[in-house]
Amino acid sequence: MEVSWALLANAVIAGLLLGGFYAAMSVGISISFGMLDVVNIAHPAFIILGSYIAYIVNDRFGFDPIVVSLVVSPLFFLLGAALYRVYYYCFERRGQESLRGLAFFFGILFITEVALVLVFGVDYRMVSTRYGDVTWRAGEVDFPMRLVVPFLVSMVMVIGVQLFLTRTFFGRAVLAVAQDQLALRLMGVNPVRVKELAFALSIATAGVAGSFLIVIQPVQPAIGREFIGLVFAVCVLGGMGSILGTLIGAFVLGLAESFTSTFFGPSWAPAVSFGLLLATLAFRPSGILGR
Amino acid sequence: MLGNSVLSTLRRVPGALFIGLALTGAALAQQPLKIGFGMSLTGPLAGNGKAALIAMEIWRDDVNAKGGILGRKVEFVYYDDQTSPATVPSIYTKLLDVDKVDLVVSGYGTNVIAPAMPIVMQRNLTFMTLFGLNVNSKFNYDRYFQIMPAGPNPAVGWSQGFFDAAMSMNPKPKTVALVGADAEYPAMALEGAREHAKKTGLKIVYDKTYPPNTVDYSPIVRAIQAANPEVVFVASYPPDSAGMVRAANEVGLKTRIFGGGLVGPQFAALKTQLGPLLNGVVNYEFYVPDVGSRFPFLEQFLAKYQARAVVEKVDPLGFYLPPYAYAMMQVLEQAITATKGLDQAKLAEYIHTNTFDTYVGKVGFAKNGEWAAPRVMMTQYHGITGNDVEQFKKPGRLTVLSPKEYRTGDLKAPYHENKK
Repeated sequence: MEVSWALLANAVIAGLLLGGFYAAMSVGISISFGMLDVVNIAHPAFIILGSYIAYIVNDRFGFDPIVVSLVVSPLFFLLGAALYRVYYYCFERRGQESLRGLAFFFGILFITEVALVLVFGVDYRMVSTRYGDVTWRAGEVDFPMRLVVPFLVSMVMVIGVQLFLTRTFFGRAVLAVAQDQLALRLMGVNPVRVKELAFALSIATAGVAGSFLIVIQPVQPAIGREFIGLVFAVCVLGGMGSILGTLIGAFVLGLAESFTSTFFGPSWAPAVSFGLLLATLAFRPSGILGR
Repeated sequence: MLGNSVLSTLRRVPGALFIGLALTGAALAQQPLKIGFGMSLTGPLAGNGKAALIAMEIWRDDVNAKGGILGRKVEFVYYDDQTSPATVPSIYTKLLDVDKVDLVVSGYGTNVIAPAMPIVMQRNLTFMTLFGLNVNSKFNYDRYFQIMPAGPNPAVGWSQGFFDAAMSMNPKPKTVALVGADAEYPAMALEGAREHAKKTGLKIVYDKTYPPNTVDYSPIVRAIQAANPEVVFVASYPPDSAGMVRAANEVGLKTRIFGGGLVGPQFAALKTQLGPLLNGVVNYEFYVPDVGSRFPFLEQFLAKYQARAVVEKVDPLGFYLPPYAYAMMQVLEQAITATKGLDQAKLAEYIHTNTFDTYVGKVGFAKNGEWAAPRVMMTQYHGITGNDVEQFKKPGRLTVLSPKEYRTGDLKAPYHENKK
């Protein structure tokens, strides 16, 4: 294949756009798994729930799915807070979070899927947006709005989360929870409350990422399972608990996938992505920006 | 005294035996005829699986309303295979060993038919299957039957119409790109497409597969564009079909003919969601309203199906899979009735040697269990405006390019010119 500058530039743009989407899907896992040590395997189920809420409002009233997801994100926040409470009282407080907690989140994943099947059926659903079929072209480089809009909102969300966690008192408390809960308790802060709100934040980001997903591709209730490996891979690659690392990890995987698909064949993309993950972990076990 | 008593008892034995046998026969006739299968009710192909199940249930209700088969009411025993081949062997083992079903049929699609084959073959069962592409080429099982009209050489018959249309262009194309998902069906379809390329002398300039969970297809389409093929054959499942069509539009793919083996645009969900993006795409169908007069009995079935589909939130059109799911059961019904029993060898022999009147027309099977003659309609989308489902219920949005007897118009090439 002849490698032209246009092909190269398009591969870079496609990789970055894809990486932006992966970052939105993974930032919640970076908070819950990376910072709070809660193995929320049900995270993709909340992404799909976000997709379906965006779908139903878009279908009935024609509202933009991403705007819808931002409006309903406080509901996801409350849902996340409630879920953490259940998890805490049933497992974490009793020190049974490792295996039973994992089973709990598996259960949540399946219950969410079944509920979506019962309510919406098993057919694929998509949304219609004004920008969905629009592509901007700068010379020979394409910017499909279906990916550009989620990318831009994702960047605002991920950078917003990063600023929130590093520049606010509450954010620092979340980082402190990740490091030493006892020290936090000695300073008069309730780590359970901090974890509850941080977990709620992670679920809110999943709801928003769900709207991105349904803008990009059709969804059905079980599609979330396909992303479980990816979101954890991004989180681990970037470095546990580092939002900036998650962003970099997402871009690395997005670019790897795009370049492999363009120049070597798409069937190699997962092997290259996970090969990169293994190589990173071999040379830097804590991930790109992990401590 | 004792001798008289014994004699008297012995005299009663034949009568008692006769009554006993008659009662057993009657009891057997009262027992439901159990048909078992796995079906994709969750997972990526659940939309198709559920639509097929509705069609099969309509058949069951129709048959039971007429008094059942051989006086026995038909009952289904089915399990969700989650669109996962790994679940299939255990489902069929349970159906046969625990549920003790009388017959088994397949779920929807190549991916779940292939893993059921070893179990079915081990027990010498007659196996009616639903939309498996070329599964029996690896097994050569003489009791395998398949209801999709791909013809006796399915891998080739599947894309025959597409390559016929491609080679009808003037000047004839010289290059082809082949792309599909990493899964059983696309692998079979691509195998057939390679044979066509060889036969027609088309040079393959791109031949790659992609993982089914790919999110963005534009890098793939750009790589295809870089190879500059005149023909692009795609074999994909619903989410990737949507991704490929969208990416072709976003990238502005310039080629003469595009499509062939996209699963998904046959259903209302993808038809309406993609809308005008489908204009110019050449793809297979098994029924289109433009040739409705050739399927006189189908209207009756579709009316029943469409009423249920709305309630169960599956494909509201039902043009693709449901009529064939019903027809598959009609074949089985006619074979059981004619052979007056469930002898698997007799059933297989009867299906091999007879033709069947079904909602999708007369069906006869070749030696390998595939349709005796192919009837894959290769069609081209055009004139689609907006995303309204009603436009697809009427004639005028799809041109049938082949087979000859169903042809309604000519191919419009190149592909990208259809977008204007």
